[in-house]
Amino acid sequence: MAAVRNDTPLVDSRPLLEASGLAKNFGPVVALRSADLRVRGGEIHALMGANGAGKSTLVKILTGALTSDGGTILLGGRTRSFRSTAEARKAGLICVYQDPSLLPDLTVLQNLNLTATPISTFRRYLVELGLEGFDLQSLPRELARPTLSLLDLARALAIEPQLLLLDEITASLPADLTVRVFNVARQVRAEGRSVIFISHRLAEVSALCDRATVLRDGKTVGVVEPAQGGEERIVKLMLGPVADEVAAEAASPSAPTTGGVAFEVRDLKAGMLNDVSFTLRFGEVLGVAALEGQGQQELFDCLAGVRRPDSGQIVVGGKARTFRHPADAIGAGMVLIPADRLQALLRQRSVRENIALPLVNRFSRWGPINPRREKRRVEAAVRRLQIDTRVQSEVRRLSGGNQQKVGIARWLVGGFQTLLCFDPTRGIDIGTKRQIYGLVKELATNGSAVLLFTSELPEIQLACNRVIVLFGGRLVDEMPAAEADEKALLRAAHGLPAEAEGA
Amino acid sequence: MARAIRRFGWTIAVYVLFALLMVITVFIKPDYGSFEWNTLTLAALPLAFAAAAQTIIVLSGGIDLSIGPLMALANVLSLSAMLGHDLNYSVGVALVVLLEVTLAGALNGVIIVVTRVPDIVITLATSFIWAGLALLVLAKPTPGIPLDFQNLAQGSTFSPWVPNALLLLLVIPLIWIPLRRSRAGLAIYAVGSDRNAAFRSGVNLGLSRVLAYAVGGFFAACGGLALSMTTGVGTPLAGTYYTLSAVSAIVLGGVSLAGGRGGMLGPLAAAYILSLIPAVLIYLGIDPNYGQMIQGVLIVLVVMIGGLGVVLRRA
Repeated sequence: MAAVRNDTPLVDSRPLLEASGLAKNFGPVVALRSADLRVRGGEIHALMGANGAGKSTLVKILTGALTSDGGTILLGGRTRSFRSTAEARKAGLICVYQDPSLLPDLTVLQNLNLTATPISTFRRYLVELGLEGFDLQSLPRELARPTLSLLDLARALAIEPQLLLLDEITASLPADLTVRVFNVARQVRAEGRSVIFISHRLAEVSALCDRATVLRDGKTVGVVEPAQGGEERIVKLMLGPVADEVAAEAASPSAPTTGGVAFEVRDLKAGMLNDVSFTLRFGEVLGVAALEGQGQQELFDCLAGVRRPDSGQIVVGGKARTFRHPADAIGAGMVLIPADRLQALLRQRSVRENIALPLVNRFSRWGPINPRREKRRVEAAVRRLQIDTRVQSEVRRLSGGNQQKVGIARWLVGGFQTLLCFDPTRGIDIGTKRQIYGLVKELATNGSAVLLFTSELPEIQLACNRVIVLFGGRLVDEMPAAEADEKALLRAAHGLPAEAEGA
Repeated sequence: MARAIRRFGWTIAVYVLFALLMVITVFIKPDYGSFEWNTLTLAALPLAFAAAAQTIIVLSGGIDLSIGPLMALANVLSLSAMLGHDLNYSVGVALVVLLEVTLAGALNGVIIVVTRVPDIVITLATSFIWAGLALLVLAKPTPGIPLDFQNLAQGSTFSPWVPNALLLLLVIPLIWIPLRRSRAGLAIYAVGSDRNAAFRSGVNLGLSRVLAYAVGGFFAACGGLALSMTTGVGTPLAGTYYTLSAVSAIVLGGVSLAGGRGGMLGPLAAAYILSLIPAVLIYLGIDPNYGQMIQGVLIVLVVMIGGLGVVLRRA
């Protein structure tokens, strides 16, 4: 029925996995309409798609965590449907997720016993992943996140799966460990087994994967070879008709502005942060560029009233302020958008309630809430941010991008002067990411001030007017966004001086 | 070694606390002897079983508010069937009661898993059902547990310092240790530790939770029979005290109410500590009803100290 794609005439064209027409509904919400996926033996296959495109649902169906409402799965030519992860595991399909699946309160050894994982094979893969001599009596609760990811991966590898699914495993890994994961994936491929690789990072996909299947709105919209210039096609397929719009929106970086002072930081010290001083003006987006753990967390925590600085001043509206509580910072017009959306949201309450929260706080004091005014303002914010409100009841069921939009919408309704965005696009797809950057720019144009930290350096230019760079807790560089290309930022963020003659 | 202390520190501390309390007791009552020790083991026996029942259920991420009424049910069932019979018959009755109440516990688990209603709601509801059943079986407290059967717990077959009531506690490790080492036992910890990760690890969540409630029911039945042996009376309302005291014992014993963390040794010592306090008050000539207050203060203090330890370790 479906047209067979014969775009890459490889020798071994007989697919290991052939899923076609997979569909899944959650009540009224269609998570997967018609997903097709063909993975050959000995292939690393990328699964791409914006948030909410259905990647996770597809992975869960393939590994038996969910059952599909329609469609077929052929594994090695035989029709299969898995009713549990244990069953899929026996058939050689296993998934490693972004958040490790090791039980925090069982020792690593007990975790292995729980899943009947062969210990010796596990140890061999630990060596491959650079964890030689690891103590199996450790408790996962006491281990670092990257280590847990590697352990989880080794546990999956130890059963020598036919098809290994890696669901954004690199999102929480530093670069050197990512390289190790890639090497192991290539090794699996060399043994004739296959890997399905999911990542938002296009560079990783084109470096590692042979082919990529792109999902949009629960449907497979194309299969691409990412290596030779396929990246642009992937982005186009992922975004669909809106692609051109978004491309236009990612305009040239804006020039620095000279509005009034939103706040000034003087000789701020807090933990890692050491003697940092800078000024943020109304009408500008000030980028903060830094590698992991260079003091940016402390900086944002101090500004948002989450922690108190050891010394130094935060001057807002010409007065030095002491924030004892986030409420003080919010009172001074400084609001935080954290990386972990769920830290800021009431995850079991509705979109409406979440957005209206600061409103309730602000206007009604002790009196009754004016429902009509609340409704009007909330709806305006939802429209403006194009929040997908199909799932009205609980915010935790929204996709990550939509959750972040709810977090921003809240302050649009509540009112603010300075937006403190701490890596607001972590784990969010390209389309929503660009929407968020567009919004941030628009807010600044309308007279707000924005301080924006992002862990993805190339994106600084998309949103910012000016950039400061933190290294080792100190402010080491400042530059207009026009000069802040990835190369310049990388140098500065590693504490290297700028090249003598313009690069 | 350092890790062992960190991991089992709480349990060790609970035993140290118990030893300390024993020293104080002997100091207050210099003629403390095997009789007093026997009394303590008898008083602690039903609570120890209740704590064991609650421990395994809380480890699986649940909580059972019907443990007390389940014990009362086992207690009155045993009395009504044993009345006027000999030892052999009584032991047979005891086995049947164990089976019945284990099934009742499993039923708690099945209802929770099938309806997906929170544990606390279901077990609160079933606690009324079990209590009502107990009253139907026996309308008012009635003595008449055969003496031979009582002596299974009240005697000291081997040595006056190793009373039978202490030996009967061996039922707990007999069940617990093999379970703890099996995949099923790991699964119970797994479900309580992180349900999502357990699911992804291929654990059958529903079955593991039902198993925890069933084993909990078995220990509750043991507790009810312990009541029969130690008091000789069938008391339909005997359970009320044990439900919440069992929760006290496990908190004191270092079991996390959030599930997945803790073991069986701590709660057992805690059951002895909680049973020792009223006795000490009597030796001091204080109204033993203060015991409940002291129990409360002790729990708050212990949990505070535990919290302090966590804070210090983080700093």
